[in-house]
Amino acid sequence: MQFEVDENGYFGQFGGAFIPEMLHPNIQELQDQYLAIIGSDQFKKDFDHLLKDYVGRPSPLYFANRLSQQYGTQIYLKREDLNHTGAHKINNTIGQILLAKALGKDKIIAETGAGQHGVATATVCALAGVECIVYMGEIDIARQKPNVERMKLLGATVVPATSGSKTLKDATNEAMRHWINHPDAHYIIGSTVGPHPYPDMVAKFQSVISAEMRLQLKEKTGNTNPDAIIACVGGGSNAMGAFYHYLDAEEVRLIAVEAGGHGVASGATAATTQIGKSGVLHGSKTLFMQTKDGQVVEPYSISAGLDYPGIGPSHAHLFETKRAEYISINDEEALQAGVELCRLEGIIPAIESAHALAALSTIKFKREAVVVVNLSGRGDKDLETYITKAVY
Amino acid sequence: MNKIIQLFKEKQKDVLAVYFTAGYPALEDTLDIATAIANNGADLVEIGIPFSDPVADGPTIQNSSKLALDNGMSVEKLLEQLEGAKKGIEAPVVLMGYLNPVLQYGVEAFCEKASSVGVDGLILPDLPLAEYESEYKDIFERYGLLNIFLITPQTSDKRIRQIDSISEGFIYMVSSTSTTGAKTGISKEQEAYFERIQKMNLKNPTLIGFGISNAATFQQASQFSNGAIIGSACIKAIEKEGNAAVHAAKFVKDIVA
Ligand SMILES: Cc1ncc(COP(=O)(O)O)c(C=O)c1O
Repeated sequence: MQFEVDENGYFGQFGGAFIPEMLHPNIQELQDQYLAIIGSDQFKKDFDHLLKDYVGRPSPLYFANRLSQQYGTQIYLKREDLNHTGAHKINNTIGQILLAKALGKDKIIAETGAGQHGVATATVCALAGVECIVYMGEIDIARQKPNVERMKLLGATVVPATSGSKTLKDATNEAMRHWINHPDAHYIIGSTVGPHPYPDMVAKFQSVISAEMRLQLKEKTGNTNPDAIIACVGGGSNAMGAFYHYLDAEEVRLIAVEAGGHGVASGATAATTQIGKSGVLHGSKTLFMQTKDGQVVEPYSISAGLDYPGIGPSHAHLFETKRAEYISINDEEALQAGVELCRLEGIIPAIESAHALAALSTIKFKREAVVVVNLSGRGDKDLETYITKAVY
Repeated sequence: MNKIIQLFKEKQKDVLAVYFTAGYPALEDTLDIATAIANNGADLVEIGIPFSDPVADGPTIQNSSKLALDNGMSVEKLLEQLEGAKKGIEAPVVLMGYLNPVLQYGVEAFCEKASSVGVDGLILPDLPLAEYESEYKDIFERYGLLNIFLITPQTSDKRIRQIDSISEGFIYMVSSTSTTGAKTGISKEQEAYFERIQKMNLKNPTLIGFGISNAATFQQASQFSNGAIIGSACIKAIEKEGNAAVHAAKFVKDIVA
């Protein structure tokens, strides 16, 4: 259990709750209550019910035959792309909206990068009949237009974040500022980032991915454990969900894929573990890209969902302890892997998930090895990017 | 004796603290502005260390921080500039900033250097009480630096007592639950909060900050505390066309007039 959060909200040396005093009552309330709320029978019943009948879980574990032939190994895709709203993000927002209700909150704030978390939040807010404000970087608003319209259609207010790099980091800053000014709201963070208890709480909601994988693998291969699991990492929620129930199973290789952007050496990258250092950002001590003076370096990735300068504290711990391997995939490689999945399996993946798929060409697995790729989302939102940037 | 403690020994009413961001509007303005603030009636000078992601700040200080960084301001540069302040500034100096730049400089190295250039206290809003006590208190104390804590309208009485018991110098009373510069003026509700804190008879003096922008709001806040802190309004004054230090001097004079 060395990968569990400790009572102070740390994963090894990473984590904690580095928040201004203005947020203290809200964070304290969450810290005091989240385990009791999400552990209650009522919560579990409501959560399971919504995941099944509303989200459409369990998401299939699909044996990708032609992809497996291509790479000479046994590849399974965990189909988070088939969830309602098109990505894993909804697992977390269902959990957090139920939590917000239990806390008596009827206003919701969220940040979003690709817009998947924003859509998933707008969706559960419509479902619960509560007000929803989503902060989104101006650049991301331009490159993820369909999702912006979906959020509006669902009744959410989308506020452009115009500071800094105008992407996910700045949307997160704006969401935190809004929360400081409106402490009666609940902030639904979209990844395993932020002050304790968010990284642990979001991981617990996403852990349904690996809980299902165990049962599905047992049924399909006779063994609950695969040889390797591959997932992309923005803040780290889909990866943490896919790794969660395997953290203590050391024989399972955990492979986390960061966005290399134009290449780690180019400086235009979001490959946190390669060039990041330990520090405090967005409420936790973790690894992120920064200058010698401790200023946050603007990340770059073609994928809005991975365009974040840091990773969550639990990932920083997995990296430091070497429990998971962190590799980076550049824009071009991801696009190519995305197109390949379209052609070989008839599945258009999100550009984020395409980063995970691209790892198949950089790591050689044995023919009989069982490799699960967490297909975190579908590519509908990325059509524009595929059309303008991909070669096909 | 620490200059902040000295200050409150000598003056219990209408203490004026003025904040500005180091390296803004121009990189080399820091000392001139600090001196102008101190020499024209402010009792305490609060110098902001710019950070790229200031989550507790509104648009005014976000902007000054960004431009200061673009100008080349850094922790190292600021401490270097302050070297020259030791002779020129009599008033206590407090540095206010986010934790990360201090962490990257090295907490101990930072405290040692800050103290040697005449800094008396630090305000690091994202350094939580528990972390401070377990990791940093000893270091701060070794170099004679006071850590100034914030309280807000939502801080529980129990926590206020806890903060009061480990604080020295003064307590920064955030006037409303907001980011900096968000609201101006003081409402009846806020007055009720100020009165509630007044009745708690804390051992530390309190200064009210956030939303204090001119002589009238300064006077009003000071009725309920030992004084007040002005930030965003000063930044707005110094960023006008012309000499920043002259603007700063006039701004402070108008408040204490
Ligand atoms: C489809 C998809 N995958 C992955 C991510 C990255 O987030 P995380 O690392 O939290 O899974 C996003 C974020 O928006 C996404 O939309």
